[in-house]
Amino acid sequence: MSDTEQRVRAIIAKHLEIDLDKVKSEAAFIEDLGADSLAIVELVLAFEEEFDLDIPDSETERIRTVQDAVDFISSHLPRGNG
Amino acid sequence: MFDLQGRVAIVTGASRGIGRAIAVTLARQGAWVGVNYARNAQAAEETLAAMRAAGGDGELLPFDVSDSAAVTEAVDGLAARRGGLHIAVANAGIAVDGLLLRMKDDDLARTFATNVNGALYLARASVRLMMKAKWGRFLAVSSVVGQTGNVGQTAYAASKAALEGAARSIAREYASRNITANVIAPGFIDTDMTAALPDAMRSKILEGVPLGRLGSAEDVAAAALYLASNEAGYVTGQVLNVNGGLYV
Repeated sequence: MSDTEQRVRAIIAKHLEIDLDKVKSEAAFIEDLGADSLAIVELVLAFEEEFDLDIPDSETERIRTVQDAVDFISSHLPRGNG
Repeated sequence: MFDLQGRVAIVTGASRGIGRAIAVTLARQGAWVGVNYARNAQAAEETLAAMRAAGGDGELLPFDVSDSAAVTEAVDGLAARRGGLHIAVANAGIAVDGLLLRMKDDDLARTFATNVNGALYLARASVRLMMKAKWGRFLAVSSVVGQTGNVGQTAYAASKAALEGAARSIAREYASRNITANVIAPGFIDTDMTAALPDAMRSKILEGVPLGRLGSAEDVAAAALYLASNEAGYVTGQVLNVNGGLYV
């Protein structure tokens, strides 16, 4: 697992207050991990802060699973980060 | 009761009048209070001095509430320095009075820019930090005029009524994060804003106040303290009228 992926999973576990081992790649935030729409916004804010990113609302809607988040963040990391 | 130790607050328009009284009251109860003002630095210093005289403390935050970027920067800065933000009071307001027939586009725009947009900018910047704290109190100071309407105050009344709809929505949207949003609607309060009225109009208004006196800024601040406190945790989306019975 990449460093980025580990950081993403740690943020998800912390913000959704769940065990890290529940944060599986295929897990969907709302259906599987008990997130509501505000929690998704909180997660996105946390990702933006942690990775120094700006995630537009249109992208937020597409981030449905843990893997979606990892993929989005990995492909948008600013140079020299992670 | 109403202990605010450890809380970080911001009050807009806190250099004078109701805003100053709210800032002093929150500081007296232990909150660190960001004292926002737009222009009157000397008056804001007096607010800070009054807070310190009351045993509290805080800092000055000069910015124009109608400047979205400035609001966000000030709120984020305060939270970064003090480790969070818990209480936000949207008090800054202007009254551009006159018959609607005579109101300029700019009069309407300025009224809404400060009274409505300013409150929403503050709320937007604050709830984000309140979500992090898992505790928050958003208050907006409206006016009895938002409920009754008033000749010569169409724009002002509309802007104040707007705050009620905003607070009800914020109340619903962030309830799950332990954030409440409420409105205080003062009646005829003895401040610079009302001192500008002619004596004849003042006595006419007083006839309609069952409690028979003007309200004080401290009357309003006491209501703000309650709504900002832990004790008011089950009160959200409400309008608390502090008007001496002027409108019941």
